[in-house]
Amino acid sequence: MSDAQRPIDDGVPSEQPSTGGAGGGDGDDDNDEFEPVQVFPEAEEMDLRPGADSCYKCSTCDTNCPVAEVDDEFPGPKFQGPEQWRLKRQDDHDIDESVMKCSNCMRCDSACPSSVPLSQMHNTARAEYVEENMSKLSREYLRNRMLANYRRLAPLASMFPRTANVVMGLSVTKWLGEKTLGITSEREFPEFATETFREWWTDRGGAKVENEDKRIAYFHGCYSNYNTPEVAKALVHVYEHFGYEVMVPEQSCSGTPMFANGMLEDARRAAETNVRELAAAIEDGADVIASCSSCSMSIRQEYPELFDFEDTETVAANTWDAVEYLRVHEDLTGALENTAVGDEFDDMAYHAPCHSRNQGLDGQTIEVMDAIDGIDAHDVGDSCSGISGTYGWKEENYETSMKIGEEMFEHMDEAEAETGLTECPTCSMQMEHGTGYEIKHTLEVLEAALGGDGAENGAGSGSDTDAGTTTATESI
Amino acid sequence: MAITDDVLVIGGGLAGVTAALAASDAAEDARIRLVTYRQSTLRHASGLIDVLGYAPGNTDDQQQPIADPFTALESLPESHPYQRVGVDAVREALAFFDEVAGDAYAGAHTDRNALVPTHGGTVKPTARYPVSTAEGVASDDRDTLLVGFETLPDFDAPLAAAHLEAAGAPFDARGVTLSFPGIGRDDAKVTRYAHLLDHDERVETLTGETGAREALAATVNPHLDGESRVGFPAILGDDHPAAVREALSDTLGADVFEVPMGPPSLPGLRLEELLYDALESAGVRVTSGVPVVDYETVAVDSMGANSTAGESETAAIDHVVVDRNGAQIPHEADQYVLATGGLVGKGIESNRKRVTEPLFDCYVPHATDRYDWFVDDVFGEQPYARFGVVPDEDLRPLNSDDDPEFSNLRAAGAVLGGYDYAAEKSGAGVSLATGYVAGTRAGEGCQ
Repeated sequence: MSDAQRPIDDGVPSEQPSTGGAGGGDGDDDNDEFEPVQVFPEAEEMDLRPGADSCYKCSTCDTNCPVAEVDDEFPGPKFQGPEQWRLKRQDDHDIDESVMKCSNCMRCDSACPSSVPLSQMHNTARAEYVEENMSKLSREYLRNRMLANYRRLAPLASMFPRTANVVMGLSVTKWLGEKTLGITSEREFPEFATETFREWWTDRGGAKVENEDKRIAYFHGCYSNYNTPEVAKALVHVYEHFGYEVMVPEQSCSGTPMFANGMLEDARRAAETNVRELAAAIEDGADVIASCSSCSMSIRQEYPELFDFEDTETVAANTWDAVEYLRVHEDLTGALENTAVGDEFDDMAYHAPCHSRNQGLDGQTIEVMDAIDGIDAHDVGDSCSGISGTYGWKEENYETSMKIGEEMFEHMDEAEAETGLTECPTCSMQMEHGTGYEIKHTLEVLEAALGGDGAENGAGSGSDTDAGTTTATESI
Repeated sequence: MAITDDVLVIGGGLAGVTAALAASDAAEDARIRLVTYRQSTLRHASGLIDVLGYAPGNTDDQQQPIADPFTALESLPESHPYQRVGVDAVREALAFFDEVAGDAYAGAHTDRNALVPTHGGTVKPTARYPVSTAEGVASDDRDTLLVGFETLPDFDAPLAAAHLEAAGAPFDARGVTLSFPGIGRDDAKVTRYAHLLDHDERVETLTGETGAREALAATVNPHLDGESRVGFPAILGDDHPAAVREALSDTLGADVFEVPMGPPSLPGLRLEELLYDALESAGVRVTSGVPVVDYETVAVDSMGANSTAGESETAAIDHVVVDRNGAQIPHEADQYVLATGGLVGKGIESNRKRVTEPLFDCYVPHATDRYDWFVDDVFGEQPYARFGVVPDEDLRPLNSDDDPEFSNLRAAGAVLGGYDYAAEKSGAGVSLATGYVAGTRAGEGCQ
């Protein structure tokens, strides 16, 4: 139990006596006729009235919206959430199509001084718009469905990664993509790895450390499985260094791109699988760890806001960002003291993804990097990178996306670093696209620091030869 | 493992940021962290830094603004936060602010209040003001053109001009309402106007495509009738406000100033950016978007043996708990500063039975009967406006027996009671003065 006496909720009468003022009888007895009554029936379906009522229209959310700042077509988060809800109370009002211009960066959530669940309202409104107002045969619907379900396509590409990479890189493919689907030809498609993380994990024979007391279930998400397995391997090496048993449960997409495209049913199916598998891992004594900031955001915040599977809340409450977990459960700073990394990581421009920011993690990476000798990591400011997952891939959003990103590109240019650092896969695409820098994940830096320079620890052993460094459990 | 620092400031508004900067200044080697939940209310505020505009307890609507706030501080009631920290501390805090703000703020040349025109056409007595408003001060007798825009109904320029003249401003004021070039929608955000001007985006005008700054000046120019200064609503840039003003001023051949607006306010936003940049330069670590929800005190073991009968030990906070979507993250520090705001910022809460400070449950004096919390005259002397924790001279919150609630907790800003910042126009000054004192003592306390 804590020492803090939790004060009672606003508006809920309690038995606690007043701590202030002169003593005496309960002055409220005379005023029973003013007790609040419930004027609206209990909601049976998703009802956004409580959120709409909490909004006092200060417009703080609007001033945080990166899209409204550059796009004259977008009326801002206050409209998309509370005002749209009120408008919908009138008959014959459909969800306004402008909701599709929201990039789902979720900055409005942490902006609101009144705890209005803005992104939840946007997700709900977007789903309703897609369901009721967007033709299922339209190019936009097909394109969005495809982008949202990237995970369904990725396995095909990764079966023939080299062919896929060549085909996707062809200008004719990109031209076709733009003309037929509305996917911008300005961007390079991310390359598929020749070996997925899960393939590597299986070849490796799974976990190298067994530990009943320290167990994590790794939610790698799609991108670090198909595109950047080096990030996922770094996580495994870092956690094994600290003596954790790593489990890699079955998993689907986190749902982030589906939320952003209003494909709520697709997201529900994916979430159901994830909640079931992750809950089973928690039952086995694991905490859930994600390396992608949008994956952790989705499981921690969007699942409980939008779904009510059994264990949704348990999974949300036991899911952590990979670095955050180590900071709280291990002496990470102590372990990093007197470590150093190679020239590859000496000078870095760090961008905090919006979805890290919303979890209160935007300052974390720089704090952790400070402990490592020889690293000079600069925060390139609090602007949004502008890509927001699938948003910046759409032909009609490309220009807005690059306008939003302009501030970050400028700050990256001003910083001395020539390497970028971030935890979000699509932010890293945008950083690379705007500056040409190579972009690393924080876990890759930790792996390099904790693994030493290789010479001291000897070469890696067993099947674990592809990592540039060895894990400490192997070298200890 | 708890995340460990030397000083932990809870709250990211003017008081919290000042406390963190002051702590870092007082203890150079100490590690300072600021935890803030929702975004600060700075962007709700005008960006003006007032100390004392009107004498408290005077609800006469004809009362004159205070000319010299520093002499007036001496006569405040003993319970006022300014009296708790003393006049010298108020001066030191302002000097500290001046150093942080650099040339972004004006007003340090005098003790006297400046009179800055507001978007309603009233004048506000204030000690410091954003440099963007400087050419507009009401003590300056140059004739003034105020420019409003159809799509920004919060600023009705002709009405504001008439109001200024009626209030006895020593100059002729005239207002015009124009259409803002490059803004299409009726509800464009203030950040959209600012971005357009910051980046000097290309906009369509009747005479072809030009930069947004030039287009705006060209829109205003025909309406200028010999006035040597022009006031705009405060939307003249976010990142490059000085360049925007200079470009407009050069083209118009008149000085350009901003009129502070209601929320969301760009001058407030710029102040917030300025302060957070200062935190970064000072090496203060900032954790934002997450609430502090709980705390634990240091276990009291056999220490009781030393205390004399009847004298209870003052508890010390061991750590606080930050909630991240259900995950409980302990944060440990040697000294803590509570700067969570007042009734608006939710550092003070009320329900139908009582008024509380929700985090540490510090004592907040108030009447038992809630019908005594307010008076019927809306602009009268409202008791609720003075609700807040009661500090000692070290700014430690006191319990109902006048003993400190905790040995290592200080409070700053609107969470303190005993003053009505809206009526007195003292909100920024109290936050600066108490933030400065609480932060300095916290910094000294951890050495």
